[in-house]
Amino acid sequence: MTKRQNRMALVAMLIIGAIAAIVFLFEALGNNINYFFSPTEVVEGKSPEGRSFRIGGLVVDGSLKRDGMKVNFDVTDNKNKVGVEYTGILPDLFREGQGIIATGSLVDGIFQAEPNGVLAKHDENYMPPEVADALEKAQKSK
Amino acid sequence: MWKWIQRQASPKVFYQTCTKLTPWFLLPFIVLGVVGLYWSLVVSPADYQQGDGYRIIYIHVPSAIMSMTVYGIMAIAGGIGLIWQIKMAEVVAKVSAPIGAAFTIIALATGAIWGKPMWGTWWVWDARLTSELILLFLYLAYMSLNNAFDNPRTAAKSSSILAIVGLVNLPIIHYSVKWWNTLHQGYTVGTGGLKDPDMGIALGIMFLVFVLLYAALVTIKAKTEVLTREQNSRWVKDLVTGERS
Repeated sequence: MTKRQNRMALVAMLIIGAIAAIVFLFEALGNNINYFFSPTEVVEGKSPEGRSFRIGGLVVDGSLKRDGMKVNFDVTDNKNKVGVEYTGILPDLFREGQGIIATGSLVDGIFQAEPNGVLAKHDENYMPPEVADALEKAQKSK
Repeated sequence: MWKWIQRQASPKVFYQTCTKLTPWFLLPFIVLGVVGLYWSLVVSPADYQQGDGYRIIYIHVPSAIMSMTVYGIMAIAGGIGLIWQIKMAEVVAKVSAPIGAAFTIIALATGAIWGKPMWGTWWVWDARLTSELILLFLYLAYMSLNNAFDNPRTAAKSSSILAIVGLVNLPIIHYSVKWWNTLHQGYTVGTGGLKDPDMGIALGIMFLVFVLLYAALVTIKAKTEVLTREQNSRWVKDLVTGERS
């Protein structure tokens, strides 16, 4: 091997080594990199018990009930839904149909969100109000 | 072909090429910068949910894409310098690092500023945000390693190895929103996420503006770096004293 080929082999080994290290790392971390659990995972009992975790999903239309600072709503991944209880201020983007992430723990099948534990998740769509209206109309006429 | 590359990669020719190229990047940057900002702030419509607050996307997305692109360029240039011993590739890698780090800081900062009102938090440790922060640390590590040696060749060698190992972070950043559940939303670009054509045009122009800014900064900074490295050579002395070479 010439010196140059030697160096090429070294660089190739570096890249392969780095990829292998990362693959093993993610293999070991498994599910822990996920930022939240879906309602289906919670219903199936895959979420941790007795300690706090995050749940993420869409706020079910018509499920939001307010009682002063206390709010109740359901989150869904369009398969299963989980009830959430929360007391406090909600982010601006919070509304029915919106994606949210809540931190808290499961008590008797109801997710009890911690103070300041509700975040709104934004989706990848950006549009002017007219387009949003048109899309909504098209959705309803289906 | 090989001969042509070698001639282009000689410090003197490289310096002259940079001098010629700079205005070709700088002038379009200024013109498109004005057009792009006008398109972003005036022409493109407000968002149905976020109002005008979404407009930070026109800075956030281009700087985030550039933070990764520049890292790729830096690592590849470092690799070329390592394998083929081309000194000018080392120069490109070295001067790219602080520019890429700046893009990363802009992406992180604009993301946090947008996140506070929209998500309800400045920062979370999800896969996308964390991997982008690691990118910033990779840039900082590269720069400090490169500055830790007196000999520029030794510095380039060790820092290039670091840059190449760090390449593995780029697919992680890109696919993080797909592989894992994150607070950060999925791909807007390439999925038709921008529903208004003017939004797409504005983002396209702003991306071009950031590319031109990077190109202009690299050619300017590379010239300084070449002069420092070649300060004892004849052509630099002639250049400084104003003699014809």
